[in-house]
Order: sequence, then C-alpha cells, then structure tokens
Amino acid sequence: MWTTKTFLTKTKRGNIIKIVREHYLRDDLLCGSAACNTCPHKDDEFVLDGKPESICSLYSYPHYLILDTNVVLHQIDVLEEDALSNVIILQTVLEEVKHQNTAIYQRLLEIIANKKRKFYSFVNEHHKDTYIERNPGEKQNDRNDRAIRKAAAWYETHLSINSVVGQFPKIVLLTDDENNRKIAQEEGIVCCSIKDYVENVTGFIGLLDKLSKNVAPEACSKDALYPAHLTPAQIHEGIRGGKLHQGTFRASRDNFLEGTAVINGFEKPILLQGHSGINRAVDGDSIAVEIFPEEEWRRPMDIVLEDKADDDPGDQLEEEAVLLKNTKPVEKGDDEITPTGRVVGIIRRKWRQYCGILMKSKFPGATRHLFVPAEKRIPRVRIETRQSDVLASQRILVALDSWPRNSRYPLGHFVRALGKIGDKNAENEVILLEHDVPHARFSEAVLACLPPNDWTIPEEEIKKRVDLRSECICSVDPPGCTDIDDALHAKALPGNTEDGLKRYEVGVHIADVTHFVRPNTALDKEAANRSTTVYLVGRRIDMVPDLLSSNLCSLRGGEERLAFSCVWEVDENANILHTKFHKSVIKSAAAMTYEEAQIAIDDKSRNDAIVSSLRILNALAKKLNRKRLDNGALSLSSPEIRFQIDSETHDPVEVQAKKILDTNSMVEEFMLLANISVAQRLAAEFPQCALLRRHPAPPPANFHTFLKAAKQQGFDLDVSTNKAFSKSLDAAVIPGRPFFNTLLRIMATRCMQQAQYFSSGSKTVEEYYHYGLACPIYTHFTSPIRRYADVIVHRLLAASIGCDVTHATLLDTKVANSVCDNLNYRHRQAQYAGRASVTMNTHILFNKRVEVELASVLAVKRNAVHVLIPKYGLEGPLYLPSDKFTYNEEEHIQTCGDIVLKTFDELTVRLSLDSSNLQHRKLVFELVKPHIPGFSVDIMEVEDSKAETEKDQKKRKEETPAKSSKKSKKK
Amino acid sequence: MSSDFNVKRPGLELLSSQGLRLDGRRPNELRRIQCKLGVFTQPDGSAYIEQGNTKVLAAVYGPHQAAKSKSLQDSVVINCQYSMATFSTGERKKRPRGGRKSEAISMQLTQAITTAIKKELYPRSQIDVYLEVLQADGGAYSASVNAATLALIDAGIPMKAYLCSCTASIAWKDGKPEPLVDVSHVEESAGGSVLTVSSLPSINSVAWVDMSQRLHADYLSVVMKRAMQGCRDIEVILDKAVREHLGESWTMSDDAVAI
Repeated sequence: MWTTKTFLTKTKRGNIIKIVREHYLRDDLLCGSAACNTCPHKDDEFVLDGKPESICSLYSYPHYLILDTNVVLHQIDVLEEDALSNVIILQTVLEEVKHQNTAIYQRLLEIIANKKRKFYSFVNEHHKDTYIERNPGEKQNDRNDRAIRKAAAWYETHLSINSVVGQFPKIVLLTDDENNRKIAQEEGIVCCSIKDYVENVTGFIGLLDKLSKNVAPEACSKDALYPAHLTPAQIHEGIRGGKLHQGTFRASRDNFLEGTAVINGFEKPILLQGHSGINRAVDGDSIAVEIFPEEEWRRPMDIVLEDKADDDPGDQLEEEAVLLKNTKPVEKGDDEITPTGRVVGIIRRKWRQYCGILMKSKFPGATRHLFVPAEKRIPRVRIETRQSDVLASQRILVALDSWPRNSRYPLGHFVRALGKIGDKNAENEVILLEHDVPHARFSEAVLACLPPNDWTIPEEEIKKRVDLRSECICSVDPPGCTDIDDALHAKALPGNTEDGLKRYEVGVHIADVTHFVRPNTALDKEAANRSTTVYLVGRRIDMVPDLLSSNLCSLRGGEERLAFSCVWEVDENANILHTKFHKSVIKSAAAMTYEEAQIAIDDKSRNDAIVSSLRILNALAKKLNRKRLDNGALSLSSPEIRFQIDSETHDPVEVQAKKILDTNSMVEEFMLLANISVAQRLAAEFPQCALLRRHPAPPPANFHTFLKAAKQQGFDLDVSTNKAFSKSLDAAVIPGRPFFNTLLRIMATRCMQQAQYFSSGSKTVEEYYHYGLACPIYTHFTSPIRRYADVIVHRLLAASIGCDVTHATLLDTKVANSVCDNLNYRHRQAQYAGRASVTMNTHILFNKRVEVELASVLAVKRNAVHVLIPKYGLEGPLYLPSDKFTYNEEEHIQTCGDIVLKTFDELTVRLSLDSSNLQHRKLVFELVKPHIPGFSVDIMEVEDSKAETEKDQKKRKEETPAKSSKKSKKK
Repeated sequence: MSSDFNVKRPGLELLSSQGLRLDGRRPNELRRIQCKLGVFTQPDGSAYIEQGNTKVLAAVYGPHQAAKSKSLQDSVVINCQYSMATFSTGERKKRPRGGRKSEAISMQLTQAITTAIKKELYPRSQIDVYLEVLQADGGAYSASVNAATLALIDAGIPMKAYLCSCTASIAWKDGKPEPLVDVSHVEESAGGSVLTVSSLPSINSVAWVDMSQRLHADYLSVVMKRAMQGCRDIEVILDKAVREHLGESWTMSDDAVAI
C-alpha cells in the first residue's frame, strides 16, 4: 500500500547549492479522534475522546486544543501537568520544537507517549489536505503559522462530516502570537492565548503558577538595565569574521559578578566581569564573547562576593564600581592577567530546572518573590506564586523562562515542591536533582527483566562454565557492604619455574552481572543511563535493582554464584607467567571485612585454607605494589571520612577519617592487576571499540601554585614525570609533622586531571596511558554491579573468549563513544553528589556543636585562607578581615603584624555551624591560634561552650557504616 | 546534559515518532517510479527512469561484432559505461565520466547485467550499454540497473528474467531496528550502511550485492529481506511499463508518456 500521490517542495538553501527534496502527501493519515466518522481507525488508534470535557470556563462546549509552537516552547511545564488533555500536536509544531530545543522536544514526546494524557500528534505536513506550500516572499514562520491554521480549519470541517450539528468537538487554537490570533479569528477559527485559557481553567490549583512569564522582545529598550544581545544573524557574522568567539559560560562560585568562558584558541578562559560583562548569561549557556584589546585585560578578583540583597530590590543594579574596585588593570607582565571580554549574545540557553528555596517578599500578599537556587553559580530568580506561605518553608524546583533587558533577575516559574527544608529526604532529593542523578524507582519494564526471587543456577549453566566451587575463594570488603562484586583465591602450585621460583595460582572472581543484564533490554538501558551506583551518606542509589546488586550478583559467603574469573599463574616475585579468563561458578568460603582479614593474617595460630590463601595474596600484593611504585605510580591521598549514624534518627553522631589497612591495598592490587590484564586483552581484540580508561598527565600549569607553596616549606618538587614526582613526594617529609606529607599528597591530587573512559578507536595508543597508575593501558572490570563500564567490558571480554555473542551496538564506535560520554558525565556527577551528601551530613553533625581543632592551610586567598581539619577531613574558608591582614599576591601569604599565614601552616581553629542562611548552611572557621588580638576567639570561651555541648550529647549509639564506600578501589 | 542519551543514535532521526520517513514515506514504500521505453531512435534500445528525484537515461547498442581483442568464442561481451551529468548533484561535477567512481560503477553494472543476459546466444558479439545519470538523489546505481533492464528489453535482447535493483538501509524506531527500502540521498548521507541488491526476482536469484559500510550481522537478514522485497515491487512496475509500451503501436507517438 503506497501512495505516490504528488511530489512537491523545493528548498533553496545556502547561496550556491539548490536542494530538491521529495515530499510525499498521503491520504492514509488518521485524525485520531473518536468523534470522526471518516478515517479508517482501528480501535486502538483513537487518542482523542469523542466528547472531551471542557475544563475552561471560556469554552463550555467540548473541544480539542491545537497548540502553537511558542506555547509548547514556553509552557511545557503547564502541559506536563495533568490538566490539559485532548490536545492535538501538529507535526509543524513538533518539528519547530525539535529544531529549537531538544530538551523540551523530549519532554513533549514523553507527554505524547503517555496514553492517559490524550495528546495526539497529527502529521499535517504529509496530509494531502493540510499541506501548504510556502508562498513567494513569505517567511518560514508565517508559513508555519498558516499551516497550523489550515490544520485547525481542516479538523473543524473534518469532524463535522457525517456528524450532527453541535454533537462534534470544536477546535480551540492556543497561541500567544497576537497577529496569528487576529488572522485566525478572521478565518473563523476559535483561538485564545494560553494565559487567558489557563486563568479560566477550573479545578486545577497551582496550574497558574506554572505559567511561564512572557518575554519582552530584545529590541525593547524601555528601562533597560542590560545592553541588548545581538541577533543570531549578527552573532553568526561576528564569529565567522573572527570578531566574536563562541564559548560556554561558567559563572564563578564565589563571586556573582564574575564568570569565565572557555574558548578555543585561548589558553586561559576568558574573564567576564560585572553585570554588563556577563550580560544575563547563566552558568552553562553557550555564548558569544567579544574580547577586549589587551590594554583592558584584567586579573580575576580574589574576593568572595555574594548577592546580598535579602529582598527584591526592584529593577536596579547595584553600584558595580564599589564591588569591582579591586579590578583596576594591572601592569603588564603579571602572569595572572587574563584575557577579558564581555558577553554580546546568547547562542543557546542551557537552562534546566533548579532546586532552591523561596525568599518571601516582605510585603504580605505579594505574588512576586525571589527564588534562591541551591547552586551558587545560578542567579536568583523572580517567580510569581500565590502559595508563598506554604512554599516558604519548602525546597522547591523552579524553571527559568526568560531574562528581559529591564529585569534585574531572570524570570521563572514554580515547578514543584520537594519537601520541607532540613528534612533529610528533601535534602537528599535536592542533591540528586542538582547532580542529575536518575533515582526514580525501577520501572515495571525493568523489573520484568529480572529472574525470579528464588532463582538458582540451572544445571546446564553450570555445565557451560568452569566449576570452581571447590576452590577456597573469599571476599574482602568494607563492613556492611552488601554488593560484593569481587572475590579472590590463591594457592601454591607444585613444581618450580625455570628460574627455580615458586609458582602460585591467583584468581580474581567478579560477579557475572552480564548473565542477568542482557544487551538492549529495558534493564540494560536503565543501567546504561544510570551508569553508576551513587553512594550518599546512609543511602545508596543502585544502578541495577536490589535483587541483583545485593543478592544474585553479590558474591556472598557460602552461596553458589556465577562469576567471571581471571586466573593467573605467577611466580613468587609476582611476575605473571600465564593469564586466562573464563566464566565460572564459585562458592565463596567467607565474606570478610578488611579488619577481619587483617586480624586473620596477623593471627599466627590460624593456619586454615582461607588464611594461607590470604597470606599468599598479601605477600604477592606487597610485591605488586612495590613494582607499581617503582614504575612511577603516584600514591595520592584525599581526605575521606565516614560517619557513625544514629540507628533511630539516621542522623550522624560522629565523624572520623577513614583507616587504611594492609588488606585494603591487598584487594586493590589484585583488582588493578585484573583490570590491566583485561585491558590488554580487549585492546588487542577490539582495536576500534574496546572500553578503556585513561588518565592524562596534568598540564604543568596546574602545578603552579602548588609548587610555589611547597617551595615556601623548603621542598623543590620535580613534576616532570610521574616517576620523578612520586619520588620527590616520598622525600618531602618534615620530621615531627607526619601529616605534612599527607597534606602534600592531598594537594597534589587536586592538581590532577580526571581519569576518563574512552573507546579505543577514539584515541591513539600513546594516549591510553594512565598517569596515576603509571601503566600504559587500563580499564574497569572488577565492579560490574555498580559501574556500567564494567558491564560493557564484561561483554567484550566474553565475546573475545567465545562465551557470548557480540551485538551490533557493542561494536559500533559511535555508540561506544556516546556510552563513554555518558559514563564520564555520570561518574563525575556521582562523585559530586557523594561529596555534597558528606557536606550536608557534616552540617547536621555540627548543628549543635562547637569544637576546637588543629587545622592546616590549603590555600591563601585575598580575603581568606582555605583550611583543612585532618581529623574530620573537613575544609572551608577562614575569612580574614582586610583591616588586619595584608595579602601578598606574589608570595600568596597573609600577614598581620609579625604573624604570617602561608600554605601548609598549622593553625588551631574553632568550628561551628552558621545556620543563618537555611539554604547555604556553612561551617564557620574561626582562628584560635596563632592569637591575634581582636580577631581570634578566646580559647576559654570555647572550652566553656564545648563543655556544654558535650552534656547535651546523648550516649553514643552503636556504629553503623555510613556508606559502603569502596573508594579505595576506585582508582 | 545527557538525559536523551538513550535515544541518541548516530546521525539524524530517519523515522519520525509516527513512523514516517523524512519525505513522508513509510519504511516499506518505494519512491515514485516513472519510466518510459524507447526514448531515442538512434540506439537499438533506450529507456528513461525516474525513481523519485533520481533520473537516469539508458541506451543500448548491439549486439554487434566485437572488437577482435575483446571478443569471446562462446559468449557476448558487455560493455557498460556509466556517467553522471555535471548538473546531476547539488554541487556541479568536475568529471562527468572516466572518474574512479564512475569506472567502478561501470564495472559493477557490467557484472550485474552479464548475469541477466542470455550470453550464449551471441558469441563473438558485443553489447554496449550507456547510462547517464541526469539527477542523483540516492540509489543512482539501482536506478541505472533498472533503466538498463528496460533498455535491453527495448533492444530486444533476451534475458533470463527482469533484473531489478533496490537499496535498503536501517533506521531505529523506539530502539528497534526498522529497515528502510529505496533509500534517498538524505537518508544515505545520514550515515547508516546502505545495502544495494540487484536480483532476478522471478527466478529467485541474486545478481549482485554491495554494502556501503559495515553493518552488524544481526541486522543483515532483515535489511536484505527488505531490499529483496523492494526488487519484487520494482519488477511489477517495470513489467507494467514494458507491457504498456508493447501495447502501444510500434511507432512512437507523442502521448505515450504516462504510465
């Protein structure tokens, strides 16, 4: 059945090429209405009700809605509410939306896919009666408006065919374009603006709040606070001519009047300062930048500046001159001077929905309020709501609509409430939303992919695999870990090598997740999207459903489990003689914690199979570790803490830095070895699409401040190669200050770049190098329960040893690249979310506490020093008043009289929580020692308050693991 | 943002959510095909075919005596020359014939046509087939094969069966593969692999198959099936054109245009 009714359409594009495309018009497209008497619908093809109920008091008769493009683009939040239904989305609209904003397009598709919403997408562009050709001289926009009107008129008459007068639904066209409305009315089409329509909707409270605010056109200069943006055509011209540059805007976290844009061809990011320099760009936007001549370049401000207005100040800008006084151009040759420019236009907004709290207007009954986003990089937003009393105590989600020239703040609208401020679930929700962590419950489709709860290994599966159930395999994990994805075994082999060395067999057994997560199933897609399990304090957001993560795939002690094994034959110096991979069935003899394993190894009286296997592993691990370090692997450090959680309230009661045991590094060494072995195999088998992990060497510029600071302490570090760096780090020890070296390593970690996943086809072999581990090739194989990268690696490895078939998407380089992008993104977000959760719990912990602790200076800023408290791993700024301290920019030191503060100095500080701002509760650090009169707090006063708080403290609850963090393995 | 990660497939979306292709066809629909036999009087046989916007002229000379060097004792020599008009593509072509690509396509056409002709009937002879692409909008090779078939029939050269050619590619809808038949230029350049099949549908044999780039083995059979179905559909159209042409009086008349 195919119609070749007519072919039409010619499009001219560009200046030289003429493109002629076919455009088929059809007569088999359905109108989707149950009231239709003419289209040959099948029963399941009706989307629109025959007698739709009207919810709008303006139109009491049954009607369908047809939406204009701008209505969809601006009011998607209104559409997502369950209120409007029986809506016709024309293809013209769909395509325009897709062209202008893919995010909204996706959301629209989701609404259409939801059967309950009764949104019908009508292919008017290919329908023989509704297609129109563009008239000569007519603008594309006008043509599309005409197409929408044509379709509206067609529906009206189409539904009336063979229907009794007054018995069929009418059409109401919603458009915000006045001109369009006028013409439509002349043509006899009922139409109205979305605002009028929604205002007259009855029965849906809160729908009006979601209405997006209308935009004043850029050209309108009345009361303008900001310079106008250039038009897209001007921007295009400017970029082509080299006058303008395209970049992504990054707002400063510390200073709301400063931001940067990374632009190709410039080594440093471009500095953008002040209201007019930033000109309404919001963090993440793609912008066009004009760069000033070199004389006007400035240096970034070292000050911390917050938007302080606590009520809507109306539409006026603060005196920037006061705020920016420090930014006089400086003499040339200063290496901190940065190319400076200003934003002249927005290429594409990257607005998402933002979490935050409402700052209620001081006037009672006002409907305009300011919204303060949780993310400091985002400016405050002005929203309109009538529910401000309820919302003031809630965490809310707000969408940005526009930022007209005459408005101090961007305009937005309320989307939904997340819960009470301070409530743990609401706060967790904020963390997850802000970091774009998919955390909805697993859908029915996903759960349907799971095996039954009482699943056991079928006989035929065992036959296909190597049976290792008799081997003495055990797992070593942090306490409370329920997703055990690795287990180990080791035994001595008879006979010696040619060199007369002892031989051992060592096996690493990884949970066989891919046996359950089959490619292209709903489960697989969900896991791919989530990419990683996210660990918050006291909560875990699983990548795969619980049944797999803590049961069928978890290598629990004493239970038979499917595994993917990597077995080596090594000599006693830990040289690999032979490697093999196979799928297997194992039965773990014991699931131990690091501590238990350590005790077992140290206990001389024990000599059973598990312990001897652990001892072999431990001895080999030490040799492996030595080798790795000799190769130039860096041993870095980052402050990691764990919370003890109150078992009833789930509030943290104590925090401490993590302990590292021998057994931690034992497991880690073998995981690294397995990962490297697998990576070598994959790279050889799949040169185009192996999933690997690389860690680029940090650019020398990253070390600049770090090296300066180290020099002040008398150490010249060599960062030319990782080997040299590692050596000089080892040598940098101050006797009597054991923490100094750790501190050095913590700071070195911050100079590093992020490791990233990539597909082997996208990089040259030299670029595979892993700088931190000092190995030429690396991947992730050992944690498929909590990382999707490992799932892919398992599939590739299985295919390479002939255990499993390949499938198309596995081998497609483009797909592999897009998977890597998503993995890297999610991985990063998960890390940030974890940190945010730690911060939040720290705040809860210090809610009613004041402590005095030793601290080390991490960095010196213009108006503060950054301090780290080793005991808790906490860090934050200690503000220094400028009337007491003077800042030396050259040396990065702060001086007050004869007291000098520089990086690595040890101080005593007082810690407390400042809750004056509910949104951004922060730890306050106050100086105790060295004593500075009039600035430092008095230690006596501190002791008193400390004694009081200790009385308040309840008896300590039993220790529960806060998070089964496996960070030690995450290298 | 990567929330749309799952729907991200290489290239543009070839199938809309309503299941229509970019030009409004369904996945299993051919483009509009119009053809005409006997368009020239000079050659022994000629034909003109339009597959959507792809337009090809074919002319057949022969069979005639083969040049000494080429002639075969027991069979006919097929000489095929494929060329594209300078104005056939968006940007004007520099070399209408004799380019590497044209040479390669000429060879491929020779192979396909040789399998379809009853070669043994004309020993020591030669048949020349000239193909000129007037407009290329995807599937120029397929259209050329179809045009050559018509021209050969017009020249009265015995063939085993209709030689038909059709392309097929693959698109995704809701994450599932959906093969597309008779691929247009836009769809071709969207990046997917294009499978070209020349077959003799009525005797169920394949004359020639080509694939533009790698395609995973899982999908090969569905794409192949769709291309073969396309060939069968084309055969019906060609057959109808031939019958209409024969039904007309043997003299050319001006109104013998439409099908």
